[in-house]
Amino acid sequence: MKLYNPPSPLETRVVSRRFGTENSWRLDTYLATGGFEAFKKATGMTSDQIIDELKASSLRGRGGAGFPTGMKWSFVPKNVEGPKYIVVNADESEPGTCKDRLLMEHDPYQLIEGILIAAKTVGATKGWIYIRGEYRYLVDHLDNVLKEAYQRGYLGKNIAGTGFDFDLYTQIGAGAYECGEESALLESLEGKRGVPRIRPPFPAVSGAFQAPTVLNNVETFSAVPEIIRNGGKWFADLGTPKNGGTRLVCLAGHVKKPGVYEVPLGMNMMYFINEIGGGMRGGKKMKALIPGGSSCPLLRADECDIPMDYDSMAKAGTMLGSGGMMVMDEDTDMVKVALRIMRFYKHESCGWCIPCREGTTWLQKMLARIVDGNGASRDVDLIGDLAKNMLGRTFCPLGDAAAMPTISIVEKFRPEFEAYVAKNPFASSELVQVA
Amino acid sequence: MSNMVKLTINETAVQAPAGTLLIDAAKLAGIEIPAFCYYEGMALQAACRMCLVEVEKAPKLLAACVVPVTEGMVVRTESPAVVKARKTTLEFLLTNHPLDCPVCDKGGECELQDMVFKYGAGESRYTEVKVHVPEKQWSPVVFYDGPRCILCYRCVRVCGEGMGVGALGIVNRGVASEIAPSHGDHLECDECGACIDICPVGALTSGAYRYKTRPWEMEHVGTICTHCSNGCKTTLGVRNNEIVRGNNRDRSGLNGEFLCVKGRYAFDFNHHPERLQTPLLRVNGEMEEVSWSRALQAVVAKFKAGGKAGVIGSSRIANEEAFLLQKFARTVLHTNNIDHHRSGDVVTLLDALSGKTATLGTADDCYNAKAVLIAGADLSQQQPFLANQIRANYRHHKAGVYVATQGAVREDKIAKGVARTSGDCMDAVESLRDKLKSEPELLVLFGDSVKGEGVRKLVAFGESLGIPVKYICLVDYVNSRGAMDMGLLPDLGPGYHAVEGAPGMSLPQMMAATDLDLLWVVGANPLARHKLASDKAFVVVQDMFLTETARRADVVLPAASAYEKNGTVTNVCGQVQRLKRAVETVGAKTDLAIIGLIARGLGVNLGKVDADAVFAEIQKTVRGYNVPLPVIVTGGAAQTMPVNGRVPATVLPELIQSSRDTLFTTGTLTRYSKILNEVLEAPGGLYR
Repeated sequence: MKLYNPPSPLETRVVSRRFGTENSWRLDTYLATGGFEAFKKATGMTSDQIIDELKASSLRGRGGAGFPTGMKWSFVPKNVEGPKYIVVNADESEPGTCKDRLLMEHDPYQLIEGILIAAKTVGATKGWIYIRGEYRYLVDHLDNVLKEAYQRGYLGKNIAGTGFDFDLYTQIGAGAYECGEESALLESLEGKRGVPRIRPPFPAVSGAFQAPTVLNNVETFSAVPEIIRNGGKWFADLGTPKNGGTRLVCLAGHVKKPGVYEVPLGMNMMYFINEIGGGMRGGKKMKALIPGGSSCPLLRADECDIPMDYDSMAKAGTMLGSGGMMVMDEDTDMVKVALRIMRFYKHESCGWCIPCREGTTWLQKMLARIVDGNGASRDVDLIGDLAKNMLGRTFCPLGDAAAMPTISIVEKFRPEFEAYVAKNPFASSELVQVA
Repeated sequence: MSNMVKLTINETAVQAPAGTLLIDAAKLAGIEIPAFCYYEGMALQAACRMCLVEVEKAPKLLAACVVPVTEGMVVRTESPAVVKARKTTLEFLLTNHPLDCPVCDKGGECELQDMVFKYGAGESRYTEVKVHVPEKQWSPVVFYDGPRCILCYRCVRVCGEGMGVGALGIVNRGVASEIAPSHGDHLECDECGACIDICPVGALTSGAYRYKTRPWEMEHVGTICTHCSNGCKTTLGVRNNEIVRGNNRDRSGLNGEFLCVKGRYAFDFNHHPERLQTPLLRVNGEMEEVSWSRALQAVVAKFKAGGKAGVIGSSRIANEEAFLLQKFARTVLHTNNIDHHRSGDVVTLLDALSGKTATLGTADDCYNAKAVLIAGADLSQQQPFLANQIRANYRHHKAGVYVATQGAVREDKIAKGVARTSGDCMDAVESLRDKLKSEPELLVLFGDSVKGEGVRKLVAFGESLGIPVKYICLVDYVNSRGAMDMGLLPDLGPGYHAVEGAPGMSLPQMMAATDLDLLWVVGANPLARHKLASDKAFVVVQDMFLTETARRADVVLPAASAYEKNGTVTNVCGQVQRLKRAVETVGAKTDLAIIGLIARGLGVNLGKVDADAVFAEIQKTVRGYNVPLPVIVTGGAAQTMPVNGRVPATVLPELIQSSRDTLFTTGTLTRYSKILNEVLEAPGGLYR
């Protein structure tokens, strides 16, 4: 397996510690580097002890929403009849995010061990890795790994001699961003149309096939073995007091050394970009940054001198999201950025609810018109207004994901929109300017 | 109620049972929360976002259609944030809506129009190009205009959940999402049109109605569908003396808004060009068009001549007509030779039930009974409304459904127990005994394969279960039940009293009698099944069409359809409902009027020949029919009381034979329905 970027010495490598080593995806390599020690340790622990370790680790969901993992697992009801399931959200579709694929390519056993610990904790007997449609190549790889795991007794009956049984399958999606939303993922997993469900009930109570289900991101599960092996406190101490642990950041854009890096939470963002990412490409100045995938509000360059942790980002009005950081230099056309983002959301809106379905389409058409030079002066306000009309009113967070970056771009880079519009001689006309 | 939750909506204190959805709680308090996708009785969607309301302490607006009420909840449905959200949602909806209201069938009764009128913005800010897709035709009666669709998924749900068919789904995603048939480009379904009816906008339109009229140009007449025995209320849209639409949007009858393909489309027989409009008289062996007076003279002359007479009534004529017909036969023609085509053994059931605790079931019971047993009947094909009630019962109350039939039926899918039989069902019913025994109560619906001794065995079986059991004996047509109640039987008079004198001939006996002098057929077509043995018989036929029987007739009197008369009919469950005249056909007279005219010609006084007067007599004289008149007059359904006591039947129940109609047929009437015949050609007619 190829590693796309060389590791940086400034990283704190926990979930990515095997990345780039020879045969890192093989069971023998995994076993030789502490593999399945955590699982064996977990078999001697009670569910509550495991959940307490997770809570102590301050591990939060790495898919984007950042929900505390220990708490999520604790919501799975105990003493209920019927099966329970584990579902891995490997529908890594957030633009800018490319970490889960590395975890599955380079260290699939770490993921499997995390899944097994989760299964042991809640008493699940079956699980699926739901892989995004565009990661078709990963299915064969993972199927081979699962085959090896079954053959060597790390899946199936009596796993590693612990008496614990668990079956794990891969499931490929059909290529829909919406299926990264956990309830839409479950619908898709069940073979239905990938539209989100009404919640409550949450998956922990009624998830896959109406059974209690633990549903986490690949990186979240992958972090579990090291947390159990070394203790929650150890993991938490890697980060800052309130934002413990490390996480993968997918650095992209106009930097010298783009790539996936594992850094402790709380690292200064500019330090990360300049020291690990090597600073801006071609000596350009930084203009803006998307901190955690295209659905996060943008930050101007002058807003980026903050620690990368959940609280500081919230204070800055944005999110850590799924770790897809995109850096833009001074030559970037922010109107085109807004259009590109909206094109994505228009394409990916599932169509279930009105504000998202119609709002993304309207915004995409309007932004395209502005870029084409047919913008009207009133359009600039309208973009912001429409995005706000979507915000918080859609069925699932996809509408918010489309609205938030748009609102921030218009607010922070309004002059660029106005410059586009000013080029249109009919910009202030009351007439309709449809190309 | 103990489980009441107190909350505040718009500064008003409101109480609602725990678990009530906020949108319903508001409705109880008289506060409207607008919604497109929310539909009572269907799965929740929360897709349209119209019902967003402000709930104190909630971080954002909540969809009132999925939030249950909680104690102390403070809700605002008209706050500035809510008003703005609604306005913008409608603005979003209209972006790709074609706004072709001037030519849209739905214009004037469109929920989107109403919403925009009430909550929408005054002007449009949308200046981009709209998404357009061409209109599609899915079946002879269903058209889909994608751009008008607001994707509320009501049609998908009513088809899947309501009808149990699931012929509709969604294709594509985002703004390109469309409703589409499960079979690609065409529907394979019941063609019930519920999807069209439930569509809040003009996206789904009816092949029978589209572009015919504006809704406000119609007169709306609530009457009873004349096809099967379920007796669904249908509101006919009448324009220029023509029925152009049938639906029941106001949910006024026992069927709510349910109608099947026949109720919704098969009214067009009424305007068929072959409708008889002039009396026909056989002169020198040839049928001649003659005046009413000449035709009646011929009839009266033959009636005066006397001889051996036989009278065959119909299961489609009104109670008043059936009552008057048997009265005429018994008091004027002095004969008990009167019968009609019988399709269910109600007679034996009533007798078997006398002295038992078990009772007759109603249409409401189909929805409320804890368990239902279907014995020897394909409900979805023959009794579509009762089948719908049972599906809804299963969906809403998790009723236990049991099936004991000869072949596969749609109810198999929701059944707790399925048993197949090759005989009279009792073996299959018996095999379900243990499961049925564990139910708290049971409603049994049985078809024509259970008759005579079979009915008695079934009732005995029900008694042996030790739980309360109710029965519905399934019959074929709109007034099959009423025809029996009114005494169109050779051995039983009105109210199932034994006739005076010896019982008369049954229908097959009349047809086989070589010495019959006179045969009077009112609204029936016995010659479709039987041969008339008597060559000398003078045959008088009252019918709408030149049926096989009418072709043999000596006098044919053009009769009015059920949509052209007032009166009452009794449905399969014994519920009396009112027919209301919607249209008129020039030249045709109601059977009641014709009977009256013949009586007048004979100089016989049958009392006042008028639907209300005859019904008053029925109320007084027919057992069980002393029903409250206001219920019927206001368009409701009044339950007849069960006959309490022995029924002295003598005619063999073996004569009972259902026509085994499907969803798309009901004898003569549907043969003359252009739309139904077109639909029949569509594939999947007998979809299960």
